[in-house]
Amino acid sequence: MIQVARKVKNFGAFYQRALGFHHDSVRDEPAPYPGVKTEFTKEMRFILPEEVPTIPIYRVLNSQGKVINPDHDPGFEKEDLVEMYKVMVKTSIMDRILYQSQRQGRISFYMTNFGEEATQIGSARALKFKDVVFPQYREAGVFLWRGYTPLECMHQCFGTSKDFGKGKQMPVHYTGAKVNIQAVSSPLGTQIPQAAGYAYALKQRDRDACAVCYFGEGAASEGDCHSAMNMAATLDCPIMFFCRNNGYAISTATKDQYRGDGIASRGIGYGIPAIRFDGNDLFAVYNATKAARKLCVEEQRPVVLEAMTYRVGHHSTSDDSTAYRSVDEVKHWDTVDTPINRIRNYLTGRAWWDETQEKEFRSNARGEILRGFKEAENTKLPNPLLIFDEVWDELPAQLQAQKDEMIKHCMKYGENYPLQNHEDMK
Amino acid sequence: MLCRKLLGRCALRKGEVTLQNVRTAAHFTYLPQTPNPALGDTTKLNMFQSINNAMDIAMEKDSSAVLFGEDVAFGGVFRCSLGLQDKYGSARVFNTPLTEQGIIGFGIGVAAAGTTAIAEIQFADYIFPGFDQLVNEAAKYRYRSGNEYNCGGLTVRAPWGAVGHGALYHSQSPEAFFAHCPGLKVVIPRGPTQAKGLLLSCIRDQNPCIFFEPKILYRIAAEEVPVTDYTIPLSQAEVLREGSDVTMIGWGTVVHVLLEVAQMAHDELGVSCEVIDLQTIMPYDSETIEKSVKKTGKAMVVHEAPLTQGFGAELAARLQEECFLHLEAPIQRVTGWDTPFPYIYEPFYLPDKWRCFDTVKKLVDYM
Repeated sequence: MIQVARKVKNFGAFYQRALGFHHDSVRDEPAPYPGVKTEFTKEMRFILPEEVPTIPIYRVLNSQGKVINPDHDPGFEKEDLVEMYKVMVKTSIMDRILYQSQRQGRISFYMTNFGEEATQIGSARALKFKDVVFPQYREAGVFLWRGYTPLECMHQCFGTSKDFGKGKQMPVHYTGAKVNIQAVSSPLGTQIPQAAGYAYALKQRDRDACAVCYFGEGAASEGDCHSAMNMAATLDCPIMFFCRNNGYAISTATKDQYRGDGIASRGIGYGIPAIRFDGNDLFAVYNATKAARKLCVEEQRPVVLEAMTYRVGHHSTSDDSTAYRSVDEVKHWDTVDTPINRIRNYLTGRAWWDETQEKEFRSNARGEILRGFKEAENTKLPNPLLIFDEVWDELPAQLQAQKDEMIKHCMKYGENYPLQNHEDMK
Repeated sequence: MLCRKLLGRCALRKGEVTLQNVRTAAHFTYLPQTPNPALGDTTKLNMFQSINNAMDIAMEKDSSAVLFGEDVAFGGVFRCSLGLQDKYGSARVFNTPLTEQGIIGFGIGVAAAGTTAIAEIQFADYIFPGFDQLVNEAAKYRYRSGNEYNCGGLTVRAPWGAVGHGALYHSQSPEAFFAHCPGLKVVIPRGPTQAKGLLLSCIRDQNPCIFFEPKILYRIAAEEVPVTDYTIPLSQAEVLREGSDVTMIGWGTVVHVLLEVAQMAHDELGVSCEVIDLQTIMPYDSETIEKSVKKTGKAMVVHEAPLTQGFGAELAARLQEECFLHLEAPIQRVTGWDTPFPYIYEPFYLPDKWRCFDTVKKLVDYM
């Protein structure tokens, strides 16, 4: 049975002692100030963060994929777990192909999800479809789990006329109305207070839904994150703040990102329940997300989740991480301890999967993605006049005039523009 | 000699220009406007009351609408939300923590969920922490998602402009920053009647709107305002006074200065001025101002915000493009100086009626 940590009797006194306050020095009388509910103490004591215990990492599987916490095995059916495994593998195959395609100059930019497949698919699996997702940019596995196809991803990466976003944004900035995932945007952390607001609106009409907001430990430094957590706590928003702590924000390691105990420890500062778990452990991710969702929705309050993981890939195709971290460190997380290997070991250990199926699945997935790649690469780009669409809900007069100007210009100088790659201007 | 001359021209008589009454006297006279009889019954409201009325109507008709920001629960620091929490409950009218970036980000999320969101920023001077959310997110929400998503239900309201003693951080007019951002709408009323109609339009408009409320008008601008639910269309300027010699363009408080100057120009110079209230800064009604300038050939844009890169620059550029051959003088801008908004110097900082009057003279004397 999964138990969420509840209040220990006399937790207040327990925690004050954990902070170092002598039992007798506290509780001489309650203090009347409006700012806090606590007691006076005769002790003058600084709370030193280095003396406060860190939050441990919940896990079910060890790094080889062996269940070491059997009471917490979620008990997935074979088909269910195989499906999750397949989506994890497919995400990484798509990543490999699209990353390579950028190196070949066929798409302009890409960001991979290597190492974070369990974080993405494990959490997505624990949600309901009606839980709105606010992504950052490294959650392609969440998109794929919910039913966004690799072809749809590739239409976006190529900016074709079949991109749901109509070619407005750079690659991996997917918009996912079909899967109840909000659009990716480049500014970091901006989605966090938006998710809190969405959650607030959601709770007025559905007490069984929540908002899930993904962000990295770097984005968690943004003011927007602080504001969002504080607002979610004070306004009782059913939002899960899901932090992917993968060790790096481009080249900035966590030691230069924060000095405290990660992101989970901030929850208590806002009055928000928090949990930290092994992001490379699909079962732990699933369990924690499921339990957090229950807490979030039943009590209509926010929860902070911190998935500890590792960013195996470079930040993006514009980054070469060998400039700031050792190849050996990366190799460890890419070969010795990977979320995909752990589940494969579990599956093969239960005779639910084997080498033949592995080869066949990988080959089929690769084939599907390569066919989709070819299709997307050969799809026309959108009508150039879509530049002017949907800035406002209607086209204002001045913008119509600019549109007319562009049409006139292209009629005169069209041969200097890549019109042949686009649908007709109309 | 100069001093006596100056004092003689002041509305206050000589000897009355004390420190106290310089601080408290407004630099303009608010003339209540006559209500449109077609809109039926009226009641006397000042501007914070008419704004309150607009939000009351909006929240009554749209049962999802929510209003939030710092201190809105007890009625707001300018009383715009008085009584609304009592009427609609604390789930719909509520205080937020002190964080503009959070308020605006939260508001975007509420609107993205399909709920009408009215977010109050306590002073326009404090809107800047939310600049990223407004410019990078709200403005682009629809565009970047191929119209899969939008936050059109968001209206951000903020007190705006000079108030007599506001100094650097309670007097700003930041409309130019936001006019430069496609995807936003920026609207500024000149009085209670416009505030109600324009705010209702903003709330119902399906684009994120910023509604700047001239704070000096909250109490002193009072007139008969129609009680019915009416809207004033966005992106339409209004010609308040027809004229043939000079076009004067302004918005918010300064419109009343211009009306006074237009009368002075008529009385003392025999010059006929056309006064236009732009109302919506973005997207703006270029047709009306172009038509006017083609008629008069002489134009001035007046705003409290600093000169360089103020919105007057956009209007001057557009008018010279479209009306070049009709112009008899360069387009003039009468504005705040290129300085932060100073405290004790406010009478010297504002584009007041003397500077405007002098500019009319400059325009008519040009050739």
